[in-house]
Amino acid sequence: MHVAVISVDSVEINRGHSQKMGFAFPLLSDADAAVIRRYDLLHRGAGPKNADIARPAEFYVDASGTVRWANLTENIAVRARPEQALHAIDAAKGGRRD
Amino acid sequence: MKRKWNWPLWVGFVVAVGGLFSYEFFAEFPMTRDFPWANLLLFGIGAALLLVGLFRAFGRPQVYRGKVFGSIFATISLFLFAFFAYEIFYVLRQVPLSAQAPRVGAKAPEFSLPDQNGKSVALGDLLSPNGAVLIFYRGHW
Repeated sequence: MHVAVISVDSVEINRGHSQKMGFAFPLLSDADAAVIRRYDLLHRGAGPKNADIARPAEFYVDASGTVRWANLTENIAVRARPEQALHAIDAAKGGRRD
Repeated sequence: MKRKWNWPLWVGFVVAVGGLFSYEFFAEFPMTRDFPWANLLLFGIGAALLLVGLFRAFGRPQVYRGKVFGSIFATISLFLFAFFAYEIFYVLRQVPLSAQAPRVGAKAPEFSLPDQNGKSVALGDLLSPNGAVLIFYRGHW
């Protein structure tokens, strides 16, 4: 299973952040928020200098491209926890852990 | 006679200020971020101490100091708490509805975006063999 994270941050910011933290997964740059808009996750003016950014959201998409778990928080401070995501993904896959 | 130092006013004020500025620390942990227990506890302790100090200052002004600065401390603390409550219980909950976001059972919209090395990654590249977790976030700043 792959993990990818998406934000409006530039490739350069993502590269620096990824190197600093040693992340092994892709940090995808959606600088003009086109994909964030396509997913209806745009939070207008919520970023630095009133920039449009993504609201927090997490999805599990199965191999066929179908969404099997979606977590859309109603409070920016409350995010999906790793164990919550793993539990939801296990359930979506019918108990298989692979 | 020299009046006594009214320590609960000072300590209560410091604790209340700590209640605001420790949020950045407590936000690191899901348990104290999902609901700000620790910060509210600090504000509560600060308020109790300030009240004790104010009762001393106004009840026995011949013994304890702090009528003026105690009132100022209490007012500032109240503003800090109001600001904290507004940010945490109002601003953080102003999240867009995202009514058109993909729901369970829907196809995830295709995309192709550059990763941190400038290499293009499409949703299709991530799906095999066991699907993918997509995490949208506010960004790093």
